[in-house]
Amino acid sequence: MKKVLFTLLAASSLALTANAAEYKIDNKGAHASINFKIQHLGYSWLTGRFNKFSGQFSYDAEKVNESKISINIDTTSIDSNHAERDKHLRSDDFLSADKFSTAKFVSTKITDKGDNKLEVVGDLTLHGKTQSITIDAQKIGEGKDPWGGYRAGFSGETVLKLKDFGIPEKLGPKSTEVYMQLHIEGIKQ
Amino acid sequence: MIKNTQQEYGSLSKVLHWLMAIIIFTLFGVGLWMVDLDYYSEWYKTAPHYHKSVGIVLASLLIFRIVWKLINPKVVSLETHAPYEKVAAKITHILLYCLLALIVTSGYLISTADDRAIEVFNWFEIPSLGAFINNQEDVAGDFHRWLAYSLIGLVVIHIIGALKHQFIDKDKTLNRML
Repeated sequence: MKKVLFTLLAASSLALTANAAEYKIDNKGAHASINFKIQHLGYSWLTGRFNKFSGQFSYDAEKVNESKISINIDTTSIDSNHAERDKHLRSDDFLSADKFSTAKFVSTKITDKGDNKLEVVGDLTLHGKTQSITIDAQKIGEGKDPWGGYRAGFSGETVLKLKDFGIPEKLGPKSTEVYMQLHIEGIKQ
Repeated sequence: MIKNTQQEYGSLSKVLHWLMAIIIFTLFGVGLWMVDLDYYSEWYKTAPHYHKSVGIVLASLLIFRIVWKLINPKVVSLETHAPYEKVAAKITHILLYCLLALIVTSGYLISTADDRAIEVFNWFEIPSLGAFINNQEDVAGDFHRWLAYSLIGLVVIHIIGALKHQFIDKDKTLNRML
């Protein structure tokens, strides 16, 4: 009996000291998207997205500041719902996607801003250049899913200056910044 | 004479040859120029529109020309042509036709990769067949570009051959197409 108790105690203390849960971004079920928008001539928004990416994050609601996230994005998967434009966006005029086919984001510091808000600072490598960016993020929710898994989801926004990543500004003075809108849902591993 | 004979090209074959030559050089030049146009250029939208429209016209002419060639008597080589010249000319001509067919096909596959049709002079539309492969616009685009360079390279050889017959051999090879 003593032995059993001891084992139970040991097991529970192990569970308590375990790291924050690891989540894999649900790209299989497409419950995540990396969207962008950029002004067209200053008259409207042009929107698009990256269809292929993968990543994981660790998150514990009790220890938000210890969270981490890393994502790889396939830049050749850019999709603005127009093949000729996508071809142009992948060309050397913009993403040079044949040379820089992967963009990467790795968090360096995540801060709990309270009220489900987070500040995610990290290094974004895009077009061969690495810059520190800040994503204003928000936790949407977490909990059991109906199929036996456990999920947590976030959304975030950030603005990227094309110039910072060495992407030529070819679309006019109103179109030098891209607004990124990120939605991710992770499945606990 | 509209039709070809064994000795001479008919007027229709000559018109097709020179008309397509002019169109091919124009499309090549416009193609090179339009991909580097500034976004604010007034030609940014119109140049590709005309390039595609004229490209469809070229495709129709190509189909008609091949049919016309097949239903006409075959123009035989001049007796003064060396055997190697006959073989080289034959291969060049076949390659020219093949490259043209592949270039118009790859061009079509760029613009129709997202189910959009190709508008021909705002007159009618060539519908899309959808995408056959992933990122079709990029793959077709690479083929379109390199096949076009290859075609122009081959055309240069074709022209050098014609000029050789005209000025070195002084035979009537070139004159038969004039």
